[in-house]
Amino acid sequence: MAYNVKEAAQKPDRLTGGHRMCAGCGAPVVVRNVLKALKPEDHAVIGSATGCLEVSTFIYPYTAWKDSFIHNAFENAAATVSGAEAAYVALKRKGKLDGDTKFIAFGGDGGTYDIGLQSLSGAMERGHDMVYVCYDNGAYMNTGIQRSSATPKYADTTTSPAGKKIPGKLQPRKDLTEVMANHHLPYVAQTALIGNMKDLYEKSEKAIYTPGPAFLNVLAPCPRGWRYNTPDLMEVSKMAVETCFWPLYEVVDGKYNITYKPKNKLPVRDFLKMQGRFKHLFKAGNEHMLEEIQQEVDRRWEALLRLAGEA
Amino acid sequence: MAIRERLSGNEATAIAMKQINPDVVAAFPITPSTEVPQYFSAFVADGTVDTEFVAVESEHSAMSACIGAQAAGGRAMTATSANGLALMWELLYIAASSRLPIVMAAINRALSGPINIHNDHSDTMGARDSGWIQLFSETNQEAYDNMLMAHRIAENPDVMLPLMVCQDGFITSHAIENIELLEDDKVKAFVGEYKPQYYPLNKETPIAVGPLDLQPHYFEHKKQQAEAMKNAKKVILEVSEEFYKLTGRKYGLFEEYKTDDADVVVVLLNSTAGTAKYVADQFRAQGKKVGVIKPRVYRPFPVDEIAEALSKFKAVAVLDKADSFNAAGGPLFTDVTSALYSKGVFGPKVINYIYGLGGRDVKADDIEVVYNKLLDIAKTGKVESVYNYLGVRE
Repeated sequence: MAYNVKEAAQKPDRLTGGHRMCAGCGAPVVVRNVLKALKPEDHAVIGSATGCLEVSTFIYPYTAWKDSFIHNAFENAAATVSGAEAAYVALKRKGKLDGDTKFIAFGGDGGTYDIGLQSLSGAMERGHDMVYVCYDNGAYMNTGIQRSSATPKYADTTTSPAGKKIPGKLQPRKDLTEVMANHHLPYVAQTALIGNMKDLYEKSEKAIYTPGPAFLNVLAPCPRGWRYNTPDLMEVSKMAVETCFWPLYEVVDGKYNITYKPKNKLPVRDFLKMQGRFKHLFKAGNEHMLEEIQQEVDRRWEALLRLAGEA
Repeated sequence: MAIRERLSGNEATAIAMKQINPDVVAAFPITPSTEVPQYFSAFVADGTVDTEFVAVESEHSAMSACIGAQAAGGRAMTATSANGLALMWELLYIAASSRLPIVMAAINRALSGPINIHNDHSDTMGARDSGWIQLFSETNQEAYDNMLMAHRIAENPDVMLPLMVCQDGFITSHAIENIELLEDDKVKAFVGEYKPQYYPLNKETPIAVGPLDLQPHYFEHKKQQAEAMKNAKKVILEVSEEFYKLTGRKYGLFEEYKTDDADVVVVLLNSTAGTAKYVADQFRAQGKKVGVIKPRVYRPFPVDEIAEALSKFKAVAVLDKADSFNAAGGPLFTDVTSALYSKGVFGPKVINYIYGLGGRDVKADDIEVVYNKLLDIAKTGKVESVYNYLGVRE
């Protein structure tokens, strides 16, 4: 179905208001828009890793989730949802359930790139009919902004602080979308909160309704960790895409498709300068670090263009 | 008519699982429990069960998937040993506190380190405070029977707790013994259907499982969990009585062997009880009044009944196939002596032996050492050493 922003906006939210996520946080926006891609008649069983999303949306005795929801632990959202999906298959086979249920797991980058990577890899390889959505905010935000393997190089976090000798995180970020693409799944995509959410909606719809396992990696800015001005959520997200720091693409049965190519690829410093976590890079004498980040972004973008047959 | 067979403990467990026909089995290979999912996956491949078999990438994911499956509204089972159980650690507590009646075959093996694949009870003893019901099994028959009773106990509305059926790795898991199996239809009727009240797969009444539970409610929920474990004792006895009527095989909280007029007894779990019974017979032939007490239900711990049963003896040795490393005694010893003290039973002298760690053979000679020591204590009333190791080179 072609995307219609008005129709999508009119669909009832399946994650209600009243949850306790911060103003200007990307994660609930990601969740609401992913869930809008569900057909209204379809029931969903949604899992979440321990993290901001879980502890802010399901504080006993209240839940913000309209669908069924399961939280188990930090590192096992994929395995947990895979178990629920297996029970669904068995109960369907026994004729004990009617209608369609969709299975969606959410995890932050800590619960996905790091501690939950094995659980994710296993569940995807086993071929469960489920979607795993990583909302990537580039650090362990819930515990207080500690570095993860998704944290960009030179970011200032509480366990990779920018100090007098060490300028923030020294390692480049892991490319999890590529790791998942190399699982050869039916559908893998990388997306962000941008424009009228068309890209996110369409990829979510494909991920949910493509039979078998699917993985979505969605950039989800965090105002506390990234230190941007709260109302700038959409702007900072847009700059990640316009600079090609976070390219939008999908891999369908192994075929790469870049879903958005900036007309004028902006310098990555335009994305970095909006965020307090990179403030130290703009001091005199640190230009080489900005240059290094730019080179890394360019290298990864060109590699993606080659994979998509566009270079 | 019951079916007479010759099966290993793992085969018997897998056959019980086949007869139960759960919705999901999620398991990962580890010696010596590996055979259970291996046999079971053959039933899946041949279409003799309706189960989804989830060949997970770790025991952590095995228990995670069981939690997902059971919470969703299905019946979930797994099997593991030693380090596999240890890797499930975090999730054992979550399964119990989420009140999910998952059933596990725990094939007892020494927990690393050093790595050792043979039998002791250090794995499931480590899980004794996780909130799981723990049933121990001396023989293949007991492992099979406990498995058939497991769901009836775990899924009782007054209980709703996960349950592990423990048996000794290799000693019973791999040894072939005569066994009586129930017919499939009788098992099906006895075990019944799993009908959870609320479950996420019911789209008419969606629910959320696994909340952040803070100061206002967490404590009450833990109290409810504790009450459920207390309730389990009565339910275990009721289910065992029903099972007795069906099969003629009687099970209680613990088995007493030749204790009626005994002066001294050993208390011990699982297969070594067989050796102890053999030695008790020999001592009895010499007119020595010795007996055996074999707890079947370790969690909930039958405090009142154990204290009552032990109150009449002069001396008791609790044999632990695991050490607590508290510099004072093994876990079974600690539970037994705590039961005696809290019930005001101060008569019997109680000593502890740690035995059989890492699969060290436990021979009749070893049990003889224990009985002779107990008879000596009964005679003199003197205890030289409470916390002892049995059959170790020093």
